[in-house]
Amino acid sequence: MTRYSVFAVAREALRWHSGWERAWKSPAPKKKYDVVIVGAGGHGLATAYYLGKNHGIRNVAVIEKGWLGGGNTGRNTTIIRSNYLQDPSAAIYEKARSLYENLSQDLNYNVMFSPRGLLMLAQTHHEVRGYRRTVYANNLQGVTTEWIEPAKVKELVPIMNIEGPRYPVLGALYQARGGTARHDAVAWGYARACSAMGMDIIQQCEVTGVRTLNGQVQGIDTTRGAIDCAKLAIVVAGHSSVLAEMSGFRLPIESMALQALVSEPIKPCMDVVVMANTVHGYMSQSDKGEMVIGGGTDGFNNYTQRGSWQHVEETTRALIETFPMLSRLKMLRQWGGIVDMTGDRSPILSKTSVGGIFVNCGWGTGGFKAIPGSGWAMAELVAKGEPGPLAAEFGLDRFKEGRFIDESVAAGVAH
Amino acid sequence: MLTLTCPHCGIRAEETELSPGGEAHLKRYGPGDSDEQFEAYMFARKNPKGVHFERWRHAYGCGKWFLAARCTATLEVFGTYPAQVSAPPEPIIEAIRARRPGWEAGQ
Repeated sequence: MTRYSVFAVAREALRWHSGWERAWKSPAPKKKYDVVIVGAGGHGLATAYYLGKNHGIRNVAVIEKGWLGGGNTGRNTTIIRSNYLQDPSAAIYEKARSLYENLSQDLNYNVMFSPRGLLMLAQTHHEVRGYRRTVYANNLQGVTTEWIEPAKVKELVPIMNIEGPRYPVLGALYQARGGTARHDAVAWGYARACSAMGMDIIQQCEVTGVRTLNGQVQGIDTTRGAIDCAKLAIVVAGHSSVLAEMSGFRLPIESMALQALVSEPIKPCMDVVVMANTVHGYMSQSDKGEMVIGGGTDGFNNYTQRGSWQHVEETTRALIETFPMLSRLKMLRQWGGIVDMTGDRSPILSKTSVGGIFVNCGWGTGGFKAIPGSGWAMAELVAKGEPGPLAAEFGLDRFKEGRFIDESVAAGVAH
Repeated sequence: MLTLTCPHCGIRAEETELSPGGEAHLKRYGPGDSDEQFEAYMFARKNPKGVHFERWRHAYGCGKWFLAARCTATLEVFGTYPAQVSAPPEPIIEAIRARRPGWEAGQ
């Protein structure tokens, strides 16, 4: 792999850029791997990367039915934060956020991490109490967040109307090191690093079956032939239940559509991320100038990756109250992704009833921010066969034991 | 936009008028059953990519619960029926088979 650097750019400039290699190879699948990871989104690729980097396991294939990073990794609103309420969540999300800080250097690929600061608006007295509680919890967990008053909110976001008649801004939970990153670059950077370690990333290859024998995984059948493996990691977000069905178990997951939209590009006007639970929307401005807006999920099972008009209306109607200037903007694109919702809105990183099969799913509406931490914890789980401290609380057994990690109120907006 | 016909009041309702209620025809387990049965009843879901039987409430209409057979991969609706049954009625099964040859009830 050619390292990207200013010297590489200068060298290539002198030879008509003829020396650049493809960022990752596209090999044909081998007959057998130590670990097969299904799903080449951010979480799957990060799992592969940390398997190689932290655990020295490099005979790994990442199988993808579509194209790399084409699912939720390429469909989210790119927000990164770790201001969760419960200790296990704060641990894994803060691990992820701190890995994002140096991810560009680590991967030698610019993921454009922009810790621009993130506000979660309190617009009712209940939210004021809730977010103050979260600040206290975060400070005990070692996550740096603070409670800020309306005047400070207005200073950070001049385009916001904080005196709105229906939803006045009463303050905000502020995480100064939260922000955004370029979502595609995260997938591409991990893919390039995995490929450089000799791992096979196999796109356009759909899993059609999972082979097991005496409760132990043997391999998978795909549209490009059978592949044997000693361990199988299922990291497929919205399609987790489909893969679980093939493997012979069920998951506490329901797949639903979550949608987002972007406006036409405008001049820089907002340099923080704003989330508003009461009016149900979240927004940031991309480097291209588009206002990136996220809304709520549909309430019913859905695999179609389509949005629905009433959610667009609901979200924009609400945001216009808080950001009156948005009412003049045209919306450019709107899309949906299929999110894997668990009952407690916390992820699942777990062994399963089939030996050698591990699942990483249930990130629901907030997976992008967790990619590095999720991959880190999942790699440890797959390599050792037992969860490490980051993943320990996120096992499937928590549903049987009633040991939930309730984050339904910490999701920024209620999904 | 998803449109379902309420089998109680006969109104073609669109999704803003309806409240989704999750998977239908769950067998209820409770005290006296095993932990595994209770866990499966509470949490484990089919969540199929394809034919799905599910509960809906005509929340901003007659207020009654009903059940729908719907395809989660295309949003096609096969039919709706009252909730006072423990399995999908035969006309619904026929409607699904007509549109999805090879589909088997119980899948």
